Amino acid sequence: MRSYKNILGKIDWSIVLLYLILIFVGWINIYAAVYNEDHHSIFDISQRYGKQLMWIGLALVIAFVILLVDSQFFTSFAIPIYAIVLLSLVGVLLFGVETNGARSWFKLGGFKLQPSEFAKFATSLALAKYLSALNIKMKDVKTKVLAAVIIGLPAVLILLQNDTGSTLVYAAFIFVLYREGLSGNILLFGILAILVFVLTLIFGPVNIILTAAFAYIIIYGLLKYDVKTTFIALVAYSGLVYAFFYFELISNILYYSIAGGLFFLVVYLITRKEMRDKSIHYIGVVIFVLTCFYIFSIDFAFNKVLKEHQRTRITVLLGEEEKLVEQIETLKIARDAEGISKEEKQKIRDDIGAKRFSLRELRQGNGWNIKQSLIAIGSGGFTGKGFLDGTQTKFNFVPEQSTDFIFCTIGEEWGFLGTFFLVCIYIALFLRILFLAERQRSIFSRVYGYAVASILFFHFLINIGMTIGLAPVIGIPLPFISYGGSSLWSFTILLFIFIKLDSERLLVLR
Amino acid sequence: MNLSSRKFIVGIIFLVVGIIFIIRLFNVQVLDDKYKSESDHNVLREVIQYPARGLIYDRTGELLVYNEAAYDLMILPKQVKELDTLALCELLEIGKKDFLEKFTKAKKYSRYKPSTFLKEISSVSYANIQEQLYRYPGFFVQTRTLRKYPRKSAAHILGYIGEVNQSVIEERPYYKSGDYIGKSGLEYSYEEMLRGTRGVKRILVDVHNREKGSYRDGAKDTMAVTGTVLHTTLDIVLQEYGELLMKGKKGSIVAIEPKTGEILSLVSAPYYDPNMLVGRAVGKNYPVLSKDTLNPLFNRALMAKYPPGSIFKTVQAMIGLQEGVISENSSFACNKSLVGCHNHPTASSVAASVKMSCNPYYYNVYKRILQQKRAKSIFKDSELGLAIWSKQVKKFGFGQRLATDLPNIKAGYVPDVGFYNRWYGEGRWAFSTIYSLSIGQGEMGVIPLQMANLSAIIANRGYYRVPHFVKNIEGIDTIPQKFKEKHSIDIDEKYINTVIDGMYGVVYEPGGTARRARVHDDVVVCGKTGTAQNPHGEDHSVFMAFAPRDNPQIAIAVYVENAGGGGSWAAPIAGLMIEQYLTDSISTRNKKREEYILKNNYKIPPPY
Ligand SMILES: [Zn+2]
Repeated sequence: MRSYKNILGKIDWSIVLLYLILIFVGWINIYAAVYNEDHHSIFDISQRYGKQLMWIGLALVIAFVILLVDSQFFTSFAIPIYAIVLLSLVGVLLFGVETNGARSWFKLGGFKLQPSEFAKFATSLALAKYLSALNIKMKDVKTKVLAAVIIGLPAVLILLQNDTGSTLVYAAFIFVLYREGLSGNILLFGILAILVFVLTLIFGPVNIILTAAFAYIIIYGLLKYDVKTTFIALVAYSGLVYAFFYFELISNILYYSIAGGLFFLVVYLITRKEMRDKSIHYIGVVIFVLTCFYIFSIDFAFNKVLKEHQRTRITVLLGEEEKLVEQIETLKIARDAEGISKEEKQKIRDDIGAKRFSLRELRQGNGWNIKQSLIAIGSGGFTGKGFLDGTQTKFNFVPEQSTDFIFCTIGEEWGFLGTFFLVCIYIALFLRILFLAERQRSIFSRVYGYAVASILFFHFLINIGMTIGLAPVIGIPLPFISYGGSSLWSFTILLFIFIKLDSERLLVLR
Repeated sequence: MNLSSRKFIVGIIFLVVGIIFIIRLFNVQVLDDKYKSESDHNVLREVIQYPARGLIYDRTGELLVYNEAAYDLMILPKQVKELDTLALCELLEIGKKDFLEKFTKAKKYSRYKPSTFLKEISSVSYANIQEQLYRYPGFFVQTRTLRKYPRKSAAHILGYIGEVNQSVIEERPYYKSGDYIGKSGLEYSYEEMLRGTRGVKRILVDVHNREKGSYRDGAKDTMAVTGTVLHTTLDIVLQEYGELLMKGKKGSIVAIEPKTGEILSLVSAPYYDPNMLVGRAVGKNYPVLSKDTLNPLFNRALMAKYPPGSIFKTVQAMIGLQEGVISENSSFACNKSLVGCHNHPTASSVAASVKMSCNPYYYNVYKRILQQKRAKSIFKDSELGLAIWSKQVKKFGFGQRLATDLPNIKAGYVPDVGFYNRWYGEGRWAFSTIYSLSIGQGEMGVIPLQMANLSAIIANRGYYRVPHFVKNIEGIDTIPQKFKEKHSIDIDEKYINTVIDGMYGVVYEPGGTARRARVHDDVVVCGKTGTAQNPHGEDHSVFMAFAPRDNPQIAIAVYVENAGGGGSWAAPIAGLMIEQYLTDSISTRNKKREEYILKNNYKIPPPY
């Protein structure tokens, strides 16, 4: 056994410091978010702030214990830990309690535990173990498939718990795989797919396909023929489209240009190698057809497959409210028109009902939440309203103030200075983890480090993105800050295993 | 490409997201003013929707209590900004010192929760203030209702409402600071039904204190539920008449419908106008009422304990007959050496003894009840006798709190074996020690309601229902089961009829002590006078009666304090009440009596 001094001397104190800053920021902002005049002591354990302090205390104990454990333990037991967590994920499906529509909690006496939180570090360990094994190459199909299985298993089990937010977190592993040799095109493709998805929802499938075609003509024409031919083709195409839309009066040229430009860039990047090939013609057509298919399937999935509440999460983001109001008005006119059959009338009525439901959701549900969240953060101004002086977060305008929307309290009371500081702390933490991951001698430690950074980053991306209207409303906690024992402990474990691995990087070559 | 260089790609993605966030945050928080003004519009105010308190009606459908709108000026200290103190003081017509006091008090209570700043603004100043209020963020007007009593009568029964105190707030979570709660009378007893359920409406107001519509389209609002309407058994005309008769006197009247136990009227004098204890006026009037030496807030009908006096002879007669120690024709000489008496012919029957109210007669009756030779020792014998007697007396509702629907009712007192054992020591007392109980003096205590109930028991020929005020609760359309239950006194009807013969004689036969209680010729009144001894001054005049003799409709007890014998004051008042109730008018013969009663409101200043 090495002495404490030896252990403490080798750990990376800068990460520990960033960690301590974040949990402290979390604690005082939970205090501000759920401040209760009758219990104004920040240590009052009948309130969330008192409880969070208890969770923090326990988290520090957990962190300390992890630092004492030999790092060999994590490499040796990576797979058993993963197996136990998978079992508990199955168990929670059978014996768990349901909260907010997600069956993801174990209840032990007065205590609640969320196994999906712990699946994150277990999956990271398992993936690190697998990718660090001898003769594993990312290029092999078998490696890709097995890595996907390791990541996918917990993700599917969590999806079955009806916890979409936690499932999406597993997408973060794409950064790990990318670093270990997964083709960059896949990362690019993922980003592209998301872009097309959002654009399709905003502008509709037909517009996006027209734009895609426009971009395709430019690329194809320039590479295969010459500028003059391309120009003629474009004029002809534009003329056709213009004629087609003449009576519809679709005029938002700016959006067309942006979408077209993006397509130009993306299609060029993907196909730049293959352009010199003669099969360019067929590949181009295939890409175009696939794109069209994807665009239509987005439209189909969105309107037919997604449930109403999932749809509103996205429509809110896209500012659909006015559109809905307009649609309802149009339908009303259709309903009151003469000479339509009873069945038709009923159908229109049902349609109006559904749209009204969406509107209500928008105004009272997620739409309202996003709007209030933005108002709270925006009203903070440059310097903020001051500690405990927030009005938007005090009066319950913002939902889940101490958990998923804790960033609003920070934004309102500490202003841009506070949010800037916090974003910087996070980015510093992520980059520091990346830096440490790169200096590891063992692949295991590096993969694990990348997993830690990616998971934390993904939470940061979605959570803050959601509160400032850049991401859909997906309820996942802000690491180290949001209220809650399970998430705090899981992030602490996730991070401190890495700190431990890093502290012993020179001792062992794994 | 070297895989290790991919760390830059990942790092750059992280960094780019961070920069995008910072740009977005700078845009939202610093550049864009839209959110700041939105936030100013987003001041949430919880407006409590006070439910209208339940109305109260009398038995004929006359409205006794209703609600009137009142306006309170509320303050939310946190939202108070750029306050022009002087202008606001002028608007509210209060001094600056007063203003600052109220302001400090509100801040002390809470910065985040609204509290009442100024209570019950008149509707004239309300209009004025409402117009100017937009200049004073943090101030707003809340509508509430006040109780109003159009008949200005029955204050002791209806009771009053007042602000909840701290202990209520702590014990009963429904109540919040500033809420009103029934403090006495029916307002207290039926509080939970009358109050209804409070609603909360959340509205958005902007920094200029203007309403901007409801919060979340009212999704979280709750509606106020109006209080239940209460129909009482009171006959307000009779009640007002009773109060008129008792004007300038001390005492009480209780009138009951015997069959049902419904209280028709319950007067306690001196009384006051219930409107005196409404809203802001309370502060001024309550100290006046509570400091008055005549104690107008005290409900004599339920809380004043008197010795039962001669009226109690009717009970002694019934017990004696039931126990078989006397018969209807028992005769005892008026031996004044046993106990004092007035001059009258010898009572040769129970009925005659009731009519003439002979004290020695009941000395003998009581002696026989107590000493039935169940034991050899005279002490033990008395003890056994008293045990039987006090058990029987309690069946009449004496010595216990009648479970009526007004609070703070007294039990009165019926002495029992334990009491005297404690008082004199076991085996150290006998009939001769406690004989004054025979004529309703001594340690016994009754309240006027129990006396009226005794009258109802006799009228019913042997049972009572707990006297009560609730006739119907709207929505439930029933009354509590306890008011429907029959309580039997376990005395045979024939014995009760014997006593009724005597009570008839009291009013109608020569030598009767209450000929002044007679009313309209068609209505036969049976009654019994009494004198409640008062060690502090002149005796109290007491009369108990019911009418008509067959199928009685009203049973009544009247107490007039310091007025001498029962026949002089209490009997005519009872007679007038009975006539008023049964015939809805006062006959010419009784007009003179009425005039006399009204004129002789002796010694006591007029009521409030
Ligand atoms: Zn006598």
